[in-house]
Amino acid sequence: MLSVRDLHVHYGGIHALQGISLEVPLGKVVTLIGANGAGKSSTLRAIAGLVRQKSGAILWKDRDLIHSSADDIVKSGIAMSPEGRRIFPQLTVRENLLLGAYIRNDAAEVENDLEWVYTLFPRMRERSWQKGGTLSGGEQQMLALGRALMSRPDLVMLDEPSLGLAPLLVKEVFDIIRTVNERGKTVLLVEQNAYAALKVAHYAYVLEVGNIVLQGTGEELIADPRVREAYLGG
Amino acid sequence: MSLEMFVQHLCNATTLGSLYALTAIGYTMVYGILRLINFAHGDIFMLGAYFVFFGGALFALPWGVAVIGAIILSTACGIMVDRVAYRPLRDAPRISALISSIGVSFLIENLAIVIFTAIPRPVHQPEWLSQVFLVGGVRILSLTLVVPAISFLLVAGLLWIVYKTKPGLAMRAISKDIETTRLMGVSVDKIIALTFGLGSALAAASGIMWALRYPQINPLMGIFPGFKAFIAAVLGGIGSIQGALIGGLLLGFIEILVVAFLPALSGYKDAFAFVLLIVILLIKPTGLMGEKLEEKV
Repeated sequence: MLSVRDLHVHYGGIHALQGISLEVPLGKVVTLIGANGAGKSSTLRAIAGLVRQKSGAILWKDRDLIHSSADDIVKSGIAMSPEGRRIFPQLTVRENLLLGAYIRNDAAEVENDLEWVYTLFPRMRERSWQKGGTLSGGEQQMLALGRALMSRPDLVMLDEPSLGLAPLLVKEVFDIIRTVNERGKTVLLVEQNAYAALKVAHYAYVLEVGNIVLQGTGEELIADPRVREAYLGG
Repeated sequence: MSLEMFVQHLCNATTLGSLYALTAIGYTMVYGILRLINFAHGDIFMLGAYFVFFGGALFALPWGVAVIGAIILSTACGIMVDRVAYRPLRDAPRISALISSIGVSFLIENLAIVIFTAIPRPVHQPEWLSQVFLVGGVRILSLTLVVPAISFLLVAGLLWIVYKTKPGLAMRAISKDIETTRLMGVSVDKIIALTFGLGSALAAASGIMWALRYPQINPLMGIFPGFKAFIAAVLGGIGSIQGALIGGLLLGFIEILVVAFLPALSGYKDAFAFVLLIVILLIKPTGLMGEKLEEKV
């Protein structure tokens, strides 16, 4: 289980996270919802080790990751697909995926996982020698998801995976999140699309200006009038 | 001009161009990753030459051993410069690291004057480098064949590392997006150290061959070749390895041919390089092979 306790994050003078605590049980999908600037991305970035100014505890596999470096965190089994996909445009699809497996030294097993990702996303196989920058937005998102899986993480953090995608692709993204979770991966999901996120999530937290204001199972929050009004359009 | 003269100029131009190209690679790789002009790079070039000299003169090492030892030592120096002068400034504004690099450059040059003394020293040329071949009536110095050949092998090795190995893949990734490369589990500081190491090894090799060509060394010998290599990197498109190769060779040709065809202007050959730099920056600041700065969507 990933257990975040009293996490504070500062960006320059801004107190972006004001002591949040949350738990992600193994094998579950947990989602963070909230408005822009509520601190969802900051939470993921802090767990991934991309934020320097932070305090609190990030407990994972009997360790506290609060001061760990980003590469150590990946090695501990946490992978992240960042907001805006951030694939490497000048590298081929295959190279992007191999970078995802950078921490691994088992070349044969990496090839197996590459096969698995190609099965999950058949378009990636067709385009494996194409430069990442030539892919469409949806394909880039699939590539970013596949890349996050290539390190064989136990926990995958996805930051806005459906942002900017056509409705059909949004559905596909959520189907894949379900598939990945059924394959035993724990998922921590940040989404603007609150309804779809709550549908797929076992448990959810609502963030407002750096604080957790509400939490519950996905169904509970979908039914909650406050959530309905603020995030699900009434 | 006779054919013989022309071929000799061609050989000289290729030799000079290869040395510029080797040195330019270090500038361009560091720039590609950190957006930093490492002004201390030319001094690593000088250190390479001095280490060979001292390896031979003081420790009586066989020539080949002295060369390899010197390259290893210079590589370590390049990595140390990054560790001490640039890494603490990674999150600082870019100008801070640039100023730091100017400081390191002065420091190395003046330390070299103190430790090595400013007296120029003659360099021993192994015999096989000073032999003269007669090819179809053209006299060719073996050095002008060996330098481009070794440079070619070194560049081939570098390209193999950059395009065929995992650390090379990480290097190419860092040059586009450092933060996302961190998310892949890449230890970015190690890859940056590797980049400085590779660039320094090539600069040292270039400095050693430069010294053999003269054959003389002094503590400030890296300054002008360093500037020229920097100009070559800008000419080719800074950030691009292929650009550094093309820019280096091109600059070598321009310099030799200016001297050959306009002997009256040969005193201004260094000025030509800088005029070229100004012209490129005015006309095509991204250089011949440089990529356009992409707008983030």
